Amino acid sequence: MTALPTQRLESWRYTDLRALGAMSFAEAPAAFPPPELPDIAAPRLVFVNGLFDAASSAALPFARAFLPVAEADELPLARINAEQARDGMTLEIPAGVDAGVVLLVCHASGGALHLRHRVTLGAGAALTLLEVVKGEGVYWHNPVTDIALGQGARLAHYRLQDESREAFHLATIRADVAADAAYESFTAVLGAKLSRAEFHVELSGPKAHTHLNAAQLLGDSQHGDFTSVVRHRAPDCGSRQTVKSVLSDAARGVFQGRIEVERVAQKTDGYQMSQALLLSPAAEMDIKPELRIFADDVKCSHGATIGALDEEQVFYLRSRGIPEEMARAMLVRAFLTEALEPVTHEEAHALFEAAIAAWWSGK
Amino acid sequence: MLEIKNLSARIGDKDILRGVTLSVPDGEIHAIMGPNGAGKSTLSYVLSGREGYEVTGGEVIYNGQDILALTPEARAAAGMFLAFQYPVELPGVGNANFLRTALNAVRRARGEAELDAVAFLKLARAALKNLSMQDDMLKRNVNVGFSGGEKKRNEVLQMALLQPGLAILDETDSGLDIDALKIVAEGVNALRSPAFSALVITHYQRLLDYIVPDKVHVLAAGRIVRSGGPELALELEAHGYAGLEVA
Repeated sequence: MTALPTQRLESWRYTDLRALGAMSFAEAPAAFPPPELPDIAAPRLVFVNGLFDAASSAALPFARAFLPVAEADELPLARINAEQARDGMTLEIPAGVDAGVVLLVCHASGGALHLRHRVTLGAGAALTLLEVVKGEGVYWHNPVTDIALGQGARLAHYRLQDESREAFHLATIRADVAADAAYESFTAVLGAKLSRAEFHVELSGPKAHTHLNAAQLLGDSQHGDFTSVVRHRAPDCGSRQTVKSVLSDAARGVFQGRIEVERVAQKTDGYQMSQALLLSPAAEMDIKPELRIFADDVKCSHGATIGALDEEQVFYLRSRGIPEEMARAMLVRAFLTEALEPVTHEEAHALFEAAIAAWWSGK
Repeated sequence: MLEIKNLSARIGDKDILRGVTLSVPDGEIHAIMGPNGAGKSTLSYVLSGREGYEVTGGEVIYNGQDILALTPEARAAAGMFLAFQYPVELPGVGNANFLRTALNAVRRARGEAELDAVAFLKLARAALKNLSMQDDMLKRNVNVGFSGGEKKRNEVLQMALLQPGLAILDETDSGLDIDALKIVAEGVNALRSPAFSALVITHYQRLLDYIVPDKVHVLAAGRIVRSGGPELALELEAHGYAGLEVA
């Protein structure tokens, strides 16, 4: 097996996988109670402990059989995934088809799970993919999702990472976005003892667009790493990233975001913002924004803030009769608003609202 | 009835209030005037329970209850309302959501039924109309991008909805042009009733042309140095605050 990356690699400087490396994972239990599914009326594909669960899933005309993986990339986790992957979702949406909403549910209770998902949208196709990952106990979830969007296609990709608090979650998402196509994504990071969501988005045709937003809500000694690389490889492309982290107790958040603009990618419009709210003195946030620009007519901006809740705002709400806990919850929710912007689907939005509210009340 | 008895307070080791004594009977509006640094804003913050102010002596009784022991939200539920000199901006919090959450929190604490979205909107729209405010004020984020006048009107809107028994207006006239001032004053006057009282804190006499007080008190160096009828405000306007500390 390919070795796990170490902190000597610049891209892994802030996330230490030694605890994961020291573990050995038994085979995942085969028998497992059916996972709790979100109450959204949409076709669903369910994976339990790394394997497709046909009984919990609905037949989907666009789903294809799993094919073995050839991995060309150097990314260590993608290589490990390729070596181990036995299953995963394969969706192919034909050109011009609006496939509506598809629910992807991955449930785990043990083992090392290397799912390989593939999503292909033909020219002008559209899909809203709502991905929910959750589980119980100790396991390692190492999914790789490869996305290819044809010209003018639109994929809304919403991810709710609500893994077991004892689990490791390391997700790699790669998207190739053709001309006039859009990859709109939002990730809510709530679970796992240690997690990383690593995005690689290639804007490979003119006027391709991406939104890579996230909200990390972490407590105890959770570690959440959001890493992104957006490559502008054609003119007139846009990328927007808003990553908000709310950290309590001794939680630690990481944001690494890199925007690369190639020489041909004139009129690039890139925006990146990372903001963290520290709710406790022991919480920590590490932010590393990077811009690599080789074109001369571009607009790229980035910003980072780290702060606490504004006590002036808390007092204003309380002076209007709103109890202190509720006032703080309202301000935390307000802080997350911009990150949730790409979530235009109503039921998905409600699912995230409920997850955020549950996180706050269980904190 | 609000009774402030020999109230002293400080910030850090700086004494700001040095024994303020004052009572506002139900149905009356009292003005507190005074030079800059007299302790006017400190008095409003101590009354509403803001952190950072240490009460070193005295008591504040509202409707028979010692309110200094209460949280800010419990004071609001008891019927107190502070109109801020500088209303706070809340990016990401919609005004309608804010107003409804506040109203329902207060109603819950008072043992009244909560309002659903429809009933709230009806009430809010009527209150907006009375204050010559546009309906879109409800859709905007609380005070974000509001002009000075809009912020003050938004304070009065909150007051109109929460129906306090005691309003404390902290320099509500600052930054207002004459038209906005009239609207704000009308909003306060509309609440006048035997069950409503107000403490109007102001540096200038101008606001008192529109909200006519029953009594005027002069706060200087942390104490009430003079009290009188509305004519006292005119006298101060003519002669200034000079010499009042020794009066």
